[in-house]
Amino acid sequence: MPLPAEFSDLEPYADWALPTEPERYAKRLASSMDEMQAFYDAAFSRLEDAIAHIDRHPWDDLPEDARTLMHLMQGLVMVSFPVEVWKQARVPDSGAAYLDLIVEPVV
Amino acid sequence: MPHFPKPAAGSWTEHYPELGTAPVNYSDSIDPEHYEAEREAIFKRTWLNVGRVESVPKVGSYFTKELAAAETSLIIVRGKDKQIRAFHNVCRHRGNKLVWNDFPGEEVKGTCRQFTCKYHAWRYDLAGELTFIQQEEEFFNVDKSDYGLKSVRCEVWEGFIFVNLDPDAAPLAEYLGEMAKGLEGYPFHEMTEVYSYRAEVGSNWKLFIDAFAEFYHAPVLHQKQAVKDEADKLFSYGYEALHYKLDGPHSMISSWGGMSPPKDPSMVKPIERVLRSGLFGPWDRPDIDGLDDLPESLNPARHKAWGSDSFVLFPNFMLLIWAPGWYLTYHYWPTGVDKHVFESSLYFVPPKNARERLGHELAAVTFKEYALQDANTLEATQTMLKGRAVTDFPLNDQEILLRHLHKVARDRVEEHQSKEHQDAAAR
Repeated sequence: MPLPAEFSDLEPYADWALPTEPERYAKRLASSMDEMQAFYDAAFSRLEDAIAHIDRHPWDDLPEDARTLMHLMQGLVMVSFPVEVWKQARVPDSGAAYLDLIVEPVV
Repeated sequence: MPHFPKPAAGSWTEHYPELGTAPVNYSDSIDPEHYEAEREAIFKRTWLNVGRVESVPKVGSYFTKELAAAETSLIIVRGKDKQIRAFHNVCRHRGNKLVWNDFPGEEVKGTCRQFTCKYHAWRYDLAGELTFIQQEEEFFNVDKSDYGLKSVRCEVWEGFIFVNLDPDAAPLAEYLGEMAKGLEGYPFHEMTEVYSYRAEVGSNWKLFIDAFAEFYHAPVLHQKQAVKDEADKLFSYGYEALHYKLDGPHSMISSWGGMSPPKDPSMVKPIERVLRSGLFGPWDRPDIDGLDDLPESLNPARHKAWGSDSFVLFPNFMLLIWAPGWYLTYHYWPTGVDKHVFESSLYFVPPKNARERLGHELAAVTFKEYALQDANTLEATQTMLKGRAVTDFPLNDQEILLRHLHKVARDRVEEHQSKEHQDAAAR
């Protein structure tokens, strides 16, 4: 599903618009820092606009393009730790530890 | 020089003299015999939280719970009379596991009108009564009323479902005691947006409780998570709780919450500034009743900088209530002396808009980053304890809950074994 027209500048990053955390986390681990930095820079500058756009619709009845935009911003939240803090995709000092998200409120 | 006052005894630990202050022997976390004894003395005889009432919202809603330490699997189900019941997940015909999907060891959930065994199609209703035997005429005078599902004690406290395999156990409310009573009335029922995590961790179950029952480690292990100036400041302060309390086998730690909201926005990361959320949860409280006049067990020091309270409800259930109006649960389910299944769930008031939802998302993502570092550290601890090069460890005053947990677990084992010996002698 394409993004709302006024967010067409984010279309190159539309593959980050994933509905669930396991998908977003897997994409984070499979991405380079350059890829995440580029997505972060583009999406973070539009975060406030995206929130304003989504909030123009009833929360429990989002149009599909607004839902896609929401998933993209959830992707932004997922890459925020690697970009703002870790400078790497994996959590430092986490070794083979894992934590699977098994229940989540999918938008 | 302490930042916060301590009891007149001079320390939190000495305020409870039965704890002692000596180094603590950690063989209780590596000794297979002690683990076997814990299974008998603790996990087969204590109230265990297995979830929330929201997981079984309507008639026929059910879920299964694996209790490896108690050598059973349970079915929790809401019956036609709306009552929530628990049964051993075993068919009375030949002992097949009754409710499971593809893999017998995996937990399942759903809604049904009855349970049908996939082996020979014996059926049970939602109250556990046997209702159908395939080719009943081939059996020898079987009375169906003698073969209902084997039930397990099941009681609900503040929406939390507890089970107990001991038919003679004291009632749940009595077991939970005064401290838990002082949580009654908190609006748990409003916080129905759930994020649940699960992992298998290579450590004794008590070691992960240890990790989340003290925050002395936080400025060190999680140092890199804060912006540098903030991390340096936290490291130089160290950690002190506002208050500690022990109540029977249970305990709690009360903490400040400087990051929610931060005094200086430069303390936190850019995404936190926009979404007004982070590890401590959303900075803005949800618009519900029950957060202004908190129940008496919350913020026992009545400190204005209060941020969160962590309750260790013995043996393996932790409840964290955060000042901004959300809560978190931890469960540690032993599967061996050196491994356990760790579960954690974050509960928020359902969001009304995108900003709130993204704030929850950030809190959940941040929680996972921290928990991965904690979980990984435990495997390093378990392997080194196992070597027994060092057996006794000095616990400081901020680690009082750990001292208490290990003492309670050891005491329970000793009491149970001593009773078993007495019973054997009397026979």
